[in-house]
Amino acid sequence: MKGMTVIVKKISQLMVPSIFLLGLYVVVHGHLTPGGGFAGGVLLVGCFVLQILAYGSDEVRNDLKKWRASLSESIGIVLFLFIALLGLFQGGVFFYNTIARAHPGSALDLFSAGLIPLSNLAIGIEVAAALFAIFLTLAVFRMEKHT
Amino acid sequence: MMIVLIALIVLMILGAIVALESRDLLSAIISLGIIGFALTIIFLVLSAPDLAIVQIIIETLTLIILIAAVLKTTRADTSETVNARVVMLWISGIIFMGLFLLSAVRAFQSLPEFGALGLRMAQAYLDGFRQTGASNLVTAVILDFRGYDTLGEATVLFTSVAGVVTVLRKAGRKD
Repeated sequence: MKGMTVIVKKISQLMVPSIFLLGLYVVVHGHLTPGGGFAGGVLLVGCFVLQILAYGSDEVRNDLKKWRASLSESIGIVLFLFIALLGLFQGGVFFYNTIARAHPGSALDLFSAGLIPLSNLAIGIEVAAALFAIFLTLAVFRMEKHT
Repeated sequence: MMIVLIALIVLMILGAIVALESRDLLSAIISLGIIGFALTIIFLVLSAPDLAIVQIIIETLTLIILIAAVLKTTRADTSETVNARVVMLWISGIIFMGLFLLSAVRAFQSLPEFGALGLRMAQAYLDGFRQTGASNLVTAVILDFRGYDTLGEATVLFTSVAGVVTVLRKAGRKD
């Protein structure tokens, strides 16, 4: 895949940091504002996709490894399962929200709601890596066979 | 509000028909985008920002992936039209539409009146905040009350990625 013109490259260079920051914000504040792991994860993968579309896959080919996306996806889902099992061992029930019961938490704080922000982080990692693996497979590494 | 909803739904139906009938795959994908973005506006009008965020981001990413795939392969619709058993197609279509209308009427009769959920939802927000500590009730539901569902969705995503990577892999292919 070839890159686009210098205008698109420069604009995407300017936009990618703010998109990444917005994605992180949506993931971390998932329990306070609309959004969460799914929406934030897709925002995070969006800035990677934007960069690859703007600069072309030839320039980033050496740094792109599909197994890294698969590995981070597996890490995300194992992290989510681990959080669920933490509730099982601490509270006796699968997905039991142990920290919230121990500390009732100050309302509307970033560090509140117990295990929910951690689950949001795990879901965000999983969704971002999964969609990036799909994008790499379908749009980048697919054409290499023909060329 | 109802007029806006009805106009958007008519636009979505038109977009779906164009996407089905178009012979050019690129314009079919673009009219598929009409459905998704109109659905985003409907979610916003119905004050469901969580769903609207997810819908607009997923729709954009899906359109990018689909357009990239179309530009790399072919733009013409190569599927052949089936002209055999037209009568059977019409009969089954009419039967399905009748069943759908019947069940839709039954389902809509059992729903509460449009916009009459205010007090119930306010009570649910108070209860959910007291039980979980999360002020966004949607996140509280999908990650605390219905954690199993979210685990299932994550597993579905994991399995679909495994399927895509397996089907489109380069190593180990016979041809």
